Amino acid sequence: MLVFETPKSFKKDFKYSFCKGCDHGVAIRLIAELIDEMGLKGNTILTTSIGCSVTMYDFLDLDCIEAPHGRAMAVATGVKRAKPDKFVLTYQGDGDFASIGLAESMHAALRGENVTAICINNTTYGMTGGQLGPTTLMGQVTTTSPNGRNREYYGYPIRIAEQIALCDGTAYSARVSLDTVPNIKKAKAAIKKAFEVQLKGLGTGFVEILSTCPTNWNMTPEQAHERVRNEMMKVFPPGIYKDVTEE
Amino acid sequence: MAKELIKGNYAIAQAALNAGCECYFGYPITPQTEIGEYLSLKMPEAGLAYVSAESEIAAINMVLGACSTGARAMTTSSSCAVSLMQEALSYAASDELPVVLVNVMRAGPGLGSIYPAQGDYYQSVYGGGNGDYRMVVYAPSNVQECIELTYKTFYTAHKYRTPVILLADGVLGQMMEPAEFTQYSYPPVDNSSWALCGANGRAGKKICSYGPDEAKHIQHVKDLFEKYKLIAEREVMYEEYMTDDADFLLVGFGSIARHLKASVKVLRTKGIKAGMFRPITLFPFPEKRLNELADRCREVMTVEMNMGQMYTDVRLAVNGKTKTTLLNLRPAGEWMSVEEITEAVEKSTEKIYAGI
Repeated sequence: MLVFETPKSFKKDFKYSFCKGCDHGVAIRLIAELIDEMGLKGNTILTTSIGCSVTMYDFLDLDCIEAPHGRAMAVATGVKRAKPDKFVLTYQGDGDFASIGLAESMHAALRGENVTAICINNTTYGMTGGQLGPTTLMGQVTTTSPNGRNREYYGYPIRIAEQIALCDGTAYSARVSLDTVPNIKKAKAAIKKAFEVQLKGLGTGFVEILSTCPTNWNMTPEQAHERVRNEMMKVFPPGIYKDVTEE
Repeated sequence: MAKELIKGNYAIAQAALNAGCECYFGYPITPQTEIGEYLSLKMPEAGLAYVSAESEIAAINMVLGACSTGARAMTTSSSCAVSLMQEALSYAASDELPVVLVNVMRAGPGLGSIYPAQGDYYQSVYGGGNGDYRMVVYAPSNVQECIELTYKTFYTAHKYRTPVILLADGVLGQMMEPAEFTQYSYPPVDNSSWALCGANGRAGKKICSYGPDEAKHIQHVKDLFEKYKLIAEREVMYEEYMTDDADFLLVGFGSIARHLKASVKVLRTKGIKAGMFRPITLFPFPEKRLNELADRCREVMTVEMNMGQMYTDVRLAVNGKTKTTLLNLRPAGEWMSVEEITEAVEKSTEKIYAGI
């Protein structure tokens, strides 16, 4: 009896290039499982972004376009407006979505573009080696905040899911984590909801995923998930911040 | 169709629709705002996509997204705002996307002013984005050409899968002139081999510029330049006026060429054998023909409304065969008049005939 298999939306012989304990792999797997389960593979156009997330097109057997840094929601808008019957998805990091691309992200949500955005929040710029980003926590030491994030030099982190929920065109906005199996299941349910609102034409679907970056945090995978629970969740509480299907 | 009196910006907008433009993404900026205004009315009526983008950066990236599906998509802007689009144009060149960009030039650098100018020659022809790439650039000089070259811009972009710029200026955008909406007669271009539509019963396709494999990346850039070479062989366009016996050549692009033609007429009445050469494609630049013409000219004078940008390409084309000069009394504002141009030519020819 087959109890576990690789989702069909993955490329054959794909090999993740992510670091040990990085949550990107789990997040991408959840997306692939849902694309399989919801029968979306043949109709999906994926927009990847810049950062560790860019490599997603090396793993998934989907039609993909790589957006310039921060512009995934603008590129996705172009795809969706040109082909409204396609399922359009972006996969971005917090630096891409909420720093350099904040204008594109928020305006897409304000226009209520029928696209789904998945944003990995790991409180740092991972690919470039762990610099201060828009979600870096107060006090967090990074390579560009060697004395820790403070108000005087760096200001405050952004709560992305809450901000996107404030946009009138947003149909669904949630924050999830991948630190435990129950939370992974919750994350999958949230991503599914963010897919469904697009398919129903209700507006923008958004999920922020609290994720680990053990390499740049200088932690083991276990310690990294403890940090997600003990530090990140206090500032970025998981939850559903907007769901028009429940209103 | 009969001729009608029409403003350059509206001519470009309607020509884009005639060319089958399915998606427009734009942000207002003088002196080209009428294009977006016109299309915001016409495109929803026709069930086509129109988005008022939050910025020019977003607009050009929306064009990237639409083009990745094979759609005919366009954005229009002007000078300082086109600067914001350079990153995406570099991506579009590398991704081989058929991006259509109209730049109705105003004065720079910086915010500059809304006076017309021709200061974006370098930005368009040599590119403001990073890396090795070229873009095809068409420069119309009257409203009729705004129509014809808008058609050509769409066709060339899709035929070669490469970003193409229609480089107009504030004079052309704002002037009214009789023009005729001829039929868009270019053949359809098959994009089924690369356009994204979902991996249905086939492997996924990816459109990207990111190449961690050094050898593949180098080959990709070389392939791009093979394509540009092909474009340079096939797509050069220029206009000549009274060049058959000319020994003094005026060279200009875009709307200033109108004054060059008038100047040639005046100079001929004064016994000066002047002619005009107007590059219509700025890339590929018509260097071969200009080099031929330089053989029998005492002087090749470049006339442009900037500090001497096309002058670089003219000198490269003439390649020392004859004297090259630049007439650029102003980098922006009121176009150099026929009187100013003829006066400069007469002064120069006095020296030539005196053997100085």
